[in-house]
Amino acid sequence: MRAARKRFAGGAWALLAVLLAACAPDTGREPEVTAAASGSVAQAAFSGSLPAHAPERFGFGAPASADRIALWDIDIKPDGEGLPPGSGSVAEGRRIYELSCMQCHGPTGTEGPNDRLASSGEWGEWPAGRTVGGYWPYATTLFDYTRKAMPQATPGTLGDDEVYAVVGYVLHLSGLVPADAVMDAETLAAVEMPYRDRFVPDDRKGGPEIR
Amino acid sequence: MCGRCPESLRKTDRYTAARIDMKPTTRRRNLSRRAWLATASGTAATGLVMTRWDALKATTPASRASTAGARQIPAASADPTKVPGRFVSEVGRRATGEQPVRLLRTLALSSSSRTPLQDLQGTITPSDLHFERHHAGVPEIAAEEHELLVHGMVERPTVFRMADLRRYPQVSRICFVECSGNGGGAYNRSRMPTAITPQQLDGLLSTSEWTGVMLSTILREVGVRSGASWILAEGRDAAVMSRSVPLEKAMDDAMLAYGQNGEAIRPEQGYPVRLLLPGWEGNAQVKWLRRIEISDRPTMTRDETSRYTDPLKDGTARQFSFVMDAKSLITFPSYPYVLPDRGWWEIEGLAWTGRGRITRVEVSTDGGRSWADAVLQPPVLSKSTVRFRHLWNWDGRETVILSRATDETGYVQPTVHQLWDARGEGTAYHQNHQRAWKIASDGAVTFGLGDLL
Repeated sequence: MRAARKRFAGGAWALLAVLLAACAPDTGREPEVTAAASGSVAQAAFSGSLPAHAPERFGFGAPASADRIALWDIDIKPDGEGLPPGSGSVAEGRRIYELSCMQCHGPTGTEGPNDRLASSGEWGEWPAGRTVGGYWPYATTLFDYTRKAMPQATPGTLGDDEVYAVVGYVLHLSGLVPADAVMDAETLAAVEMPYRDRFVPDDRKGGPEIR
Repeated sequence: MCGRCPESLRKTDRYTAARIDMKPTTRRRNLSRRAWLATASGTAATGLVMTRWDALKATTPASRASTAGARQIPAASADPTKVPGRFVSEVGRRATGEQPVRLLRTLALSSSSRTPLQDLQGTITPSDLHFERHHAGVPEIAAEEHELLVHGMVERPTVFRMADLRRYPQVSRICFVECSGNGGGAYNRSRMPTAITPQQLDGLLSTSEWTGVMLSTILREVGVRSGASWILAEGRDAAVMSRSVPLEKAMDDAMLAYGQNGEAIRPEQGYPVRLLLPGWEGNAQVKWLRRIEISDRPTMTRDETSRYTDPLKDGTARQFSFVMDAKSLITFPSYPYVLPDRGWWEIEGLAWTGRGRITRVEVSTDGGRSWADAVLQPPVLSKSTVRFRHLWNWDGRETVILSRATDETGYVQPTVHQLWDARGEGTAYHQNHQRAWKIASDGAVTFGLGDLL
């Protein structure tokens, strides 16, 4: 809401500027648009502002029930929020992997033909080496992605226990969990990914400096 | 132009994407300079400015026909003033000889196709030539049954049908969409290409007039709660593609787009509704949008962690690098055109930036030693492509031409050395360095960055 307030404050400022300039009273737009209207309309800056007389709410759309939200709210946050009940072992995961994943990712997760999953775990094998152990900052991402998008030809067909299991196996292939590990909401969120701290915010900001 | 040879008047000779595998040496051998001069050299002889269509004529029909997908060049027809034309039609079609095509990467679920930049004019990309990048194919969705759920840190979680979204105050805006992996084919020092077309190199760039509703309008409707700072946008494709986007951008100029170039958005671009984030990398502009969750932190989805992050030389990886920095590309002359003669040519290309307006494009025709301001062809719109032009009198000697763009923040499109110095060579995205083309003394054009290293 902080950003929202800032925006509405900006809109109010723009409206004030327009009124002071004694322009048409029917705008809440940016002043440059109003100025352009009397001259070069073609160069008017884009503005997505609503007209000043727009209602606070239009009332379109239907309220979303809690059941409806629960049905669709499937994403997993990096702290594990959203992980479902259930569990799966690395051993069970191997069985699922060989049945559903090996065809594209190879017997040990390194052979392809599709994305390489496992590696020595060393950072810096770019660009082919963005492997789970060598790059991925969060283990939760693996659950989120696998459950939604894998296997590629039959996405969404693995049950939650199966996803826990196969995610555990892939983490094991990368040396991140032991062979007897069992993954669930608690153990998956607790997996320490070696390179999490390497990820930094974008520091590019325009201007003369090349970053 | 020569009135005896209808072919010289037709703009039909443009090479197709399928010709990209041709080696310049092959083409040069096929080029019969004398044959060309005998038919169409009137252009040069009278001192007119030649265009890319003149350059295309320098390729022979034989070389065109020898490649898969070569366009059909219609046989010389009877005098159209003596034969009644065809009837009106419900849906128009392109001229027989004007059939630009997208360049497919692979026929796979996760794949891409590229816009034929060198075949287009102006700035708008025809919707059926807009580049594609799908992670699990193009879903078939009926607008009537599509729903968008907006929930999370909001006062009123709401389900919107398309009819609801279309009732909100509508906006239209021309802006580019570019995949942040665009241009990666010319970044690796040891694999710098020479036989690469604008389409192959930078074809993951397209520009459209997008129509829809401001996301800020929808967020105002549902009432964003205090403390929220991110949204998660999720698609309805078989990859359930999802990305986290800062709330600040969502409230600034993000759109829910359902229209593209005057018609409903194309299925490949997210029908019936996509997220549009002007100036930001294409991947974050989630297509086939079915859910927006307002949150206080990013979700850390696969495509904002494992992919679309930029490993730097200092051992860190830049994350959430959304903005597409200023970039320009000469689309003519470019590989595999051939300049059949010295004289006046018009260099043209595209420039764009995700940080507002392009303020300047400079062109060098001497390998970067001197630069001249190119003409920016209006309209020059914020976060859109602009076409630039530069008139050039080629003296027939081998040279390298290049362009560099400056945006309203004062950012100047860097050299590849500047990017290597700043980032190292391990990044796979945001490679916006200056591009170059080498013109050989026989007129053959190849990608020329390697000649400048």
